Amino acid sequence: MELIRLEGVSYAYPGRPGVLKELDFTLSEGQRLGIVGPNGAGKSTLFQLCMGLIKPQAGTVRGLGQPCSSEKDFRPLRQKVGYLFQDPDDQLFCLTVAEDVAFGPLNLGKGRHQALHLVSSTLKSLGLEGYERRVTYQLSGGEKRLISLAAVLAMQPTAVLLDEPSTGLDAERAQAMERALVDSELSWAMVSHDRDLLERTCHKVLSLQDGRLRA
Amino acid sequence: MAKHPKHAGPPEPRSLDHAPAAGPAARLDPRGKVVVVFAYSVLMALCPGPLVPAVGVALGLALAAWSRLGWRLLLKRTLAVNSFVAFLWLFLPWQLTLGAEAGFGVVYNPDGVRLAGLITLKANAIFLAVVALLGSSHINDIFHALAHLHLPAKLVTLFVLFYRYLHVMRLEYLRLRQAMAMRCFAPGSNLHTYKSYAQLVGVLLVRSIERSERVYQAMLCRGFRGTFWLLDHFVWRPADTVFCVLGFAAIILLGLMQWGGYPWN
Repeated sequence: MELIRLEGVSYAYPGRPGVLKELDFTLSEGQRLGIVGPNGAGKSTLFQLCMGLIKPQAGTVRGLGQPCSSEKDFRPLRQKVGYLFQDPDDQLFCLTVAEDVAFGPLNLGKGRHQALHLVSSTLKSLGLEGYERRVTYQLSGGEKRLISLAAVLAMQPTAVLLDEPSTGLDAERAQAMERALVDSELSWAMVSHDRDLLERTCHKVLSLQDGRLRA
Repeated sequence: MAKHPKHAGPPEPRSLDHAPAAGPAARLDPRGKVVVVFAYSVLMALCPGPLVPAVGVALGLALAAWSRLGWRLLLKRTLAVNSFVAFLWLFLPWQLTLGAEAGFGVVYNPDGVRLAGLITLKANAIFLAVVALLGSSHINDIFHALAHLHLPAKLVTLFVLFYRYLHVMRLEYLRLRQAMAMRCFAPGSNLHTYKSYAQLVGVLLVRSIERSERVYQAMLCRGFRGTFWLLDHFVWRPADTVFCVLGFAAIILLGLMQWGGYPWN
């Protein structure tokens, strides 16, 4: 099933030359895509467009096969596709880990018990048992990153957009995350500068250059 | 900042003032504490005479001892609060005179001294009760208590996010200061220093706006539609009822002392 499709999408930040020029991109269920590209090539911009956080100046965004333009159009897509931000501090806004991880499931209408169950099972799958009562701003950088991934995975998405998921993780934690992802049923698009990681975990690696994606 | 060993087990969340909250006050339901402290603060603020606030200070000291916050910490916080109060003592005892007979001058004003004394007593009475009762709770529990007490959700959310991102802002500020220090910035009383500080504040402001946008985007991505969920639920115990009854009895007694028509007023 097709999850996200961008068709002829262009985007420019105000007062700057365009970052993305008539770009086409598709993420379907079962696909695991890697995306490489130089700094400032528009990798994060691409993800923000996919999730409807910014609007393209030209082209269309389709989520789950439907054309999406308004905030409301993107809601069903966001239930199916999670987005891991580059900076975990943007994502962890609650004071305790449990609340933050439960935030998504509760928004999806899960009950308190179900949400708490999802919290503990998700944390466990990432090797983070017992972190429920920890205070988010007292976590180390690596811990924050894993917890923010847990917050995304707790919504049980079909696919995830991962923006530099392994940055700031030590070897052990990076491995734990890689294992959790590879062993899952998830589809994804992953942005990273770590070419080896992409080769290991993705079916196909695309490169974003001059505003377009190339194989 | 707090340091935890990297793979250690989960430590307890810390209390409002980072003190080990071990006393009996820490185990009370924060909802009861918030309500009692609020009523008590209103009473103290309304008192016209010095007697009841003086009793309030004594009561506050007793509560502080009871909640076992530690005297050193209490002293530190009391000094911080009273450094603001000190300004009142600097300005209130003096009165400007302007007029034909008196001429222009500054004279001693005994009413001002009385007022400064009254404000000092009230401020300390309220402060001691807040520190002793609310300060012994985890800040997270205070937020939740406010939400459970049906304060406007927007206000509570604002409060939570403020506290959460204050730390991020502080770290950003420290990083910027370090970056300045690494390039041999030595603050002095000159234009370069003022300009640099202005830049620092400007950068912090812009970054915080950008951060708030990203935080909101991240919330949208996880299905946020305006509801802030409460995960923690409190358990009301008999001790909480006893505390609230005693608290309100004390508040009523203090009110009677003030407005009951007794000869000492």
